[in-house]
Amino acid sequence: MTLPLYAYELISDSQGLLVALGLGFGFGWFLERAGFGSSCRLCAQFYLYDMTVLKVMFTAIVTAMVGLWGFSAAGLLDLSMVYLTPTSIGAQLVGGLLLGAGFIIGGYCPGTSVTAAATGSGDGAVFIGGFMAGLMIYAIAFPGLETWANSTSLGELTLPEVFGVPYGALVLGVVVMAGLMFAGAEWSERRFAHMRPGAR
Amino acid sequence: MSAASSAPPLARAGARSPAGERRHMNPYLAGFGLGLVLLAAFLIMGRGLGATAASGSVVAWLSGLAAPEWTAANPALKGYYAEPPWVNWTFYLIVGVFVGSLVSARLAGRVRLRIERGPQLSAGARLALAFAGGAVAAAGAKLAKGCTSGQALTGGAQLNVGSWIFMFSVFAGAYALAYFVRKEWR
Repeated sequence: MTLPLYAYELISDSQGLLVALGLGFGFGWFLERAGFGSSCRLCAQFYLYDMTVLKVMFTAIVTAMVGLWGFSAAGLLDLSMVYLTPTSIGAQLVGGLLLGAGFIIGGYCPGTSVTAAATGSGDGAVFIGGFMAGLMIYAIAFPGLETWANSTSLGELTLPEVFGVPYGALVLGVVVMAGLMFAGAEWSERRFAHMRPGAR
Repeated sequence: MSAASSAPPLARAGARSPAGERRHMNPYLAGFGLGLVLLAAFLIMGRGLGATAASGSVVAWLSGLAAPEWTAANPALKGYYAEPPWVNWTFYLIVGVFVGSLVSARLAGRVRLRIERGPQLSAGARLALAFAGGAVAAAGAKLAKGCTSGQALTGGAQLNVGSWIFMFSVFAGAYALAYFVRKEWR
């Protein structure tokens, strides 16, 4: 068991920064290839005639999820060495609603705004400016919210623990759920094809 | 030749449109590629991807230039203030995202200066909404300890409870408001 490499000190901090550049390159490459440098294409997800966002997101989640499970089940990866963001239900519920609102108003999420700006989008660049300004406003005006989010933390918590089912069974369940969601997405694109701009 | 017969046939992925742009990648294939990048991050670094912390690191560094003691004590900034951007892992990740996006778009003929919006919206109004949306998204990402990358994708693949709550909340928030801003996009 020698994965993750960084946790077993097989790569240094400065090598880690180079790895970050490479991973970021791949991340940006696939975001752009999927068409996620375009706010109109991203937001089409929320008008049901173009479900690209859902298809890309859930294929990525399923791919990485099955890979994590497989490497861990094969004894190659120590999952306890992989950072898991602590759960605080209220903060993540409200934060998600706000991020969704910011997404449909501003046209991007934080990662895709970088892809957009890199490809010449003025609205993408301004979204990044708004995001940084928003972080500063949050820090100045609402420091109590951060304290609340931390104080209501339940620590590391995963779905197999909550539902009391084996890890592999939950992985299989998510794969099946994703398949049903993809079928629904394909149906939705046919059903709402008339709403696509230019279709009328 | 009639207008109908001169319309291009349904283009295959990879084919060029009349404007010289390549078609986008099949979404399932792009998602698979993204998933492999995420898996590589887990296996090599023991952490996932993220897009919020890089901005946080820059904001905290700028804030620290003006008010170092306040920044170091602020609950929302102190975590970011520990490392300046040039030694911050997430900052390098986002530099990589910028370069990867640019190279991909350049090879596909998709780099051009633009302000994307629906036909009924002015460029100024679109930029104002982009700024406002960015600011609202920042509050959401800070509160939830991550965004679509750091929470939905990364935590989603880890079957993290908070990440799955976050992911469904993102979709709920966006679908709930979509009707009211439809003129911005269509």
